[in-house]
Amino acid sequence: MNGVHDLGGMQGFGPVVTEAAEPPFHAPWEGRVLGLQRAILYTRAWNIDVFRHAQEQLPGATYLTVSYYHRWLLGLTRTALERGLVTQEELDAGHAQGEVRPLQRTLGLRDVEAAYIRGPFGRTPPAGAAFAPGDRVRTRNLHPLGHTRLPRYARDKIGTVERVLGCHVFPDAASAGRGDDPQWLYAVAFRGEDLWGDDGDPGIVVSIDAFEPYLEPA
Amino acid sequence: MSDDHHHDHHHDHDHDGASHLSDIQARVRALETVLTEKGYVDPAVIDNIVEHFETRVGPHVGARIVARAWVDPAFKAALLADATAAIRDSGEFGPLGDHLIALENTSGQHNMVVCTLCSCYPWDVLGLPPVWYKSAPYRSRVVMNPRSVLADFGVSLPEATRIRVWDSTAETRYLVIPERPAGTEGWSEERLAALVNRDSMIGTGLATLPVGEAA
Repeated sequence: MNGVHDLGGMQGFGPVVTEAAEPPFHAPWEGRVLGLQRAILYTRAWNIDVFRHAQEQLPGATYLTVSYYHRWLLGLTRTALERGLVTQEELDAGHAQGEVRPLQRTLGLRDVEAAYIRGPFGRTPPAGAAFAPGDRVRTRNLHPLGHTRLPRYARDKIGTVERVLGCHVFPDAASAGRGDDPQWLYAVAFRGEDLWGDDGDPGIVVSIDAFEPYLEPA
Repeated sequence: MSDDHHHDHHHDHDHDGASHLSDIQARVRALETVLTEKGYVDPAVIDNIVEHFETRVGPHVGARIVARAWVDPAFKAALLADATAAIRDSGEFGPLGDHLIALENTSGQHNMVVCTLCSCYPWDVLGLPPVWYKSAPYRSRVVMNPRSVLADFGVSLPEATRIRVWDSTAETRYLVIPERPAGTEGWSEERLAALVNRDSMIGTGLATLPVGEAA
């Protein structure tokens, strides 16, 4: 969806502000939110693409103004409510009241290391890759209402396939409950001029990781 | 759900009033309690995950990988060919997810990494991303005017250096191998690793000798 999360090339946000000796978490609740997110992903109640899309669907002003882990909390809560893991009454009361929905699995201490890392996202290819390094491609002019990983600034642009990155879970499908729908993934590089005309820095090259359905031969 | 509280940007945790902080803490506690009482999560598991990301992963992991690449040409070649395999095969750098790609900075090309759509970042080797990496200013501008972003970090590169920006729009993760500072010939891996800061492995900084350090 064309939401405010798709920030590449937007202007007027001011300088990048850094923080010296930044801690991993700025408050204990931030760590709890991260831990909850990882533990719930393990249950397969939903996947990372559903979680990302939940954040993208927050009101634009909210997305841009709340802190990062607050955004996670809002996305996590929204998804837990939508999927029936919790009810608003339970959250208001601070205790479980309703039915327990069976989950595929839950994460115990014995297997906790599974939550330290992501994935895997590689899948067996259903067919050969359509493109090879060096191929010229044009990104499609797509504006789906659902989740996509093709950023607006790189739509309908001509670029060059640099690397074939394997066959991966397709976020556009996985976020919408359409299974893994494995697709080939490529690093596609664009000349700065082809993205930004004369207004980007001269001589830059920018790549995205593009799934095959985002591409057509150029 | 609605969010009708006022927040400022990434420093809300520092500057929001106590009432707001207690409100969000209460909401997190309520969510965790309900999920726990229903048997979906185990608070001891959450404790363990938090401890992992607070204490075990961080830029020190990536710094050791970079230092190894600087002193061991075979490791560097393996890292550039398949970073996931090279790091896993070494068995020295902790748990690692799939699809890590190492990018080598040279005098001709400087690599920078971003996720314009969310916050994708190589957690396993750099730890949790800093707030600025996830912020609108960085995500919006680095794909269009990376030199102005570098200026925000006090970094200026020669005009002839090509800037290559990698937008992590899928589950691939990118680690920049900064250039080894001149004058460090013969240094130990441990001493070299101390020169490798987090920003140099994202591409917003350089690995540099401390001011006054004899080369």
